[in-house]
Amino acid sequence: MTAVVFWVAAVLALGGAIGVVVQRNPFYSVLSLVVHLVALAVLFLLLQAEFLAAAQVIVYVGAVMVLYVFVVAYVGGLADPLTDPNTAVRATAPLFALALLVEITVAILGSGLKAIDTEGPDVAAGFGSPSAIGELFLTKFLLPFELVSFLLLIAAVGAIVLARRDPEATEPVSRQEPGRPF
Amino acid sequence: MSPAAYGWLVLAFPLAGSILIALLWRSLPGRTAGWIGSAAILLSFLSAVGALVQLQDRSEHERQLTSSLWDYASTAGLDVKLGILVDPLAVFMCLVVSGVSFLIHLYSVAYMASDRGYRRYFSYLNFFVFSMLLLVLAGNFVILIVGWAFVGFASYALISFWYRRRTATYAGMKAFVINVIGDVGLVLAAIILQRDLGTLDLPTVFARAPEVFERNEWLIVAVCLLILVGAFAKSAQIPLHTWLPDAMEGPTPVSALIHAATMVTAGVYLIARMHPLFELAPTAADISAAIGALTLVFAASVALVVTDLKRIIAYSTISQIGYMVMGVSIAAYSAGMFHLMTHAFFKALMFMAAGSVIAAMAGQQDIDRMSGLRRAMPRTFVAFLVAAMALSAFPGFSGYFSKDEILAFAAERGGGYWILYAAGTVAALMTAFYAFRMIFRVFGGEPSEEARELEQGHIHHAEPVNPVTGEPEDTDVGYPGPEHHIAERDREMWIAMSVLMVLSVVGGVLQIPGVTHAIEHFLDPTFADSRFADTNVSGNLEALALVVGGLCSLAGIGLAYLLYVRMPGSTLALADRLRPLHRFLERKWYFDELYGVLVVRPLRALGEWSSTVFERVVIQGMVGSATAAVRTGSTIVRVAQSGLLRYYALLLLAGVGGLALYFLLVSR
Amino acid sequence: MDIAWYLVLSAFIFCIGAVGVMVRRSPLVILICLELMLNGANLALASFARMTGTHDGQVFALVVMIVAAAEVVVGLGLIVAMFRNRLPMDVDEMSELRG
Repeated sequence: MTAVVFWVAAVLALGGAIGVVVQRNPFYSVLSLVVHLVALAVLFLLLQAEFLAAAQVIVYVGAVMVLYVFVVAYVGGLADPLTDPNTAVRATAPLFALALLVEITVAILGSGLKAIDTEGPDVAAGFGSPSAIGELFLTKFLLPFELVSFLLLIAAVGAIVLARRDPEATEPVSRQEPGRPF
Repeated sequence: MSPAAYGWLVLAFPLAGSILIALLWRSLPGRTAGWIGSAAILLSFLSAVGALVQLQDRSEHERQLTSSLWDYASTAGLDVKLGILVDPLAVFMCLVVSGVSFLIHLYSVAYMASDRGYRRYFSYLNFFVFSMLLLVLAGNFVILIVGWAFVGFASYALISFWYRRRTATYAGMKAFVINVIGDVGLVLAAIILQRDLGTLDLPTVFARAPEVFERNEWLIVAVCLLILVGAFAKSAQIPLHTWLPDAMEGPTPVSALIHAATMVTAGVYLIARMHPLFELAPTAADISAAIGALTLVFAASVALVVTDLKRIIAYSTISQIGYMVMGVSIAAYSAGMFHLMTHAFFKALMFMAAGSVIAAMAGQQDIDRMSGLRRAMPRTFVAFLVAAMALSAFPGFSGYFSKDEILAFAAERGGGYWILYAAGTVAALMTAFYAFRMIFRVFGGEPSEEARELEQGHIHHAEPVNPVTGEPEDTDVGYPGPEHHIAERDREMWIAMSVLMVLSVVGGVLQIPGVTHAIEHFLDPTFADSRFADTNVSGNLEALALVVGGLCSLAGIGLAYLLYVRMPGSTLALADRLRPLHRFLERKWYFDELYGVLVVRPLRALGEWSSTVFERVVIQGMVGSATAAVRTGSTIVRVAQSGLLRYYALLLLAGVGGLALYFLLVSR
Repeated sequence: MDIAWYLVLSAFIFCIGAVGVMVRRSPLVILICLELMLNGANLALASFARMTGTHDGQVFALVVMIVAAAEVVVGLGLIVAMFRNRLPMDVDEMSELRG
């Protein structure tokens, strides 16, 4: 049963990821990402990371994806042009990524970690529950917790500054002649 | 209180005075700074007296005390304490230094009264006294070197006291550079001693040195010669004497205190303090004695022809220190220290009187311009006369007993030391001559314009000019003050001079050959381990030295009388007849020229070569190739900065891949 | 399922994301691909947490999630600002930092 769920979720996650990369329309990319994220949440559940799975669904699928969709709708579904001037990058990038993939896989399989060939040790019923993680956040990881909350605050303020309309400019104008970046 | 506690007090008062004046200088009205400085030195002198009394209460074997406040560095093989050594020699020097310093402070209270740098002056002066006492009381080489360097700095600061006078700042630099040469010698000597004896503590060094070093072994001779470099630089002995005449650019009381009475005798003190080492290295001691003899003849001969009043006295100082260096080098320790003391009295007095004369001449220092000041300045005349008689070893005056005791000891050593005796005697003749040359030319003859003005109750005031170069000066800060103070009018100056007059006359009774031996007995515990402790000068030789010394003195005075009073103008004819000799003396034996050829010109050539060839080719070549390398490298690296985000991501990924590959290979 | 499978899967997701970052030109899609990479890392973290039986990996994954959220907020803000200034939606066009 677990294996079946794993393979279904894994295929969906991989398919979603590939879809993100190959769809030319950003809107479809976002939709693929949603599939990928939900599949990943299922995998988290299989790993008994229940709170993580819930957070994945709520934060990513619920909030972040909505943001993406809004922005794509705002900016417009601009598809990538078919021709790529940087053919060198385009050609070599998959090679490098493939090399890295092979390296990581070799590292994983050859790592000799003790429990890597098992499903992991038996854990108590509360493993991965919000209370367990929350307790860690308020004890062992208090400092990272505070830092991360501060980071969120900074991001919120930064987003407001970026998205705010310049009150003095009546009409949005580019500061340089059109067609030139910045 | 123990003598050591008094020793700390001796140090504490001048330091406190210096800091107090330096911090409060804004809020000290009028002459307060001067009085604070004088009081600090007086308290220091009283503490020295306390140490003396306490020391005399102890038995002879317990008169050498050490005391330390805290450890500076206490590690394996090195143990440096902030420690002092209180023994009869140190207490003797403390008494002389603080006593004379107090009188000169008192003199300065009036003499410097109109100077804009009045408070700075007293802060420096107190700091100097502190440094000198630190040097004298030092219990180990580190403190000794610290005091030694502080004294050098204080001397620099006071020579350059009128810092807007170009000649004064140059003289300060010259003095400092030569003093630093001496510091280096002393430091090197200390390093060798630390290496071979494992300690820097003075009593321990003296105790261990005979166990480690053979007599006259080359290493201990080298150590002693390095110590001599330090001693000669401070004491202005050949070949490091050139700074002292130029040091006369400082205010006259400074010349009296530092460049006549105390600081320049530090070298003599050092040799006396290091006597256990010098007795291990008789070769070095003999070299020192020979240089002392050479210096005393040289300086006395130059003093015959110099016409700047303060420079005559400066050369006289060099000459007299030559006597002391000779004395302590031939193991006549108590005689050398005795001469150090009497010289401090009469030379300080002579400078004070000279300061009074120069003030009356409105800053003019050339004795060619002075004449007939006797009636206008009776007090100054008496003081100068007493000092000159003591200097020329007139029978009965203090200089008579102290100098002739050194010469008698040289005669007692016999053999080659008779040469030293002869040199000292010839120089004594010259000393008497130039001392009274000053008297007859400054105070005798027809009154000069300034003297007549003073007789009518006015001190001459002229447009202030630099006495050396004739450049105009103002009286603002960094220059001499506008007023002139003379002993006839200022009570403080006259009191200080009176005390020194009494001391110059009667100072000799402490040790009249064959009658009293106060200083010898007092210093005995320090020098008890000397090989010459039991050497007593035979009565015949002492009588010989006294008679010959007295005759020399009288002959020199008589000759001066003959040439300057009975036959005025004859000296000019004499100088014409002996032009090469006169020129040789006037150019100070061509020492400055010699240094110009040996040191200054090669260094300047090296500097010019460095700035034209080395700088242009090597340095600029290095800089140029460095910038070229950076520029080339950055041109290559700039290619990577394409501004394309995806390209950066690719590089990043390639880097991560490479790193992962590396770790995989390493872990294999 | 063995933990190794999860880890291999996470490596795949990470590398697919990396390819996306390098071959796509729209800043919006590049941001999405970055999310993919972060998610790959998150999966690995959760797997390790399971493997060791501790929560540390999960806590870390949560932190990564929060950082990703912050990044998305700023990144999307930038994209909106770019759009408003009528800048081209192409990272190749924005090469002002060329050395």
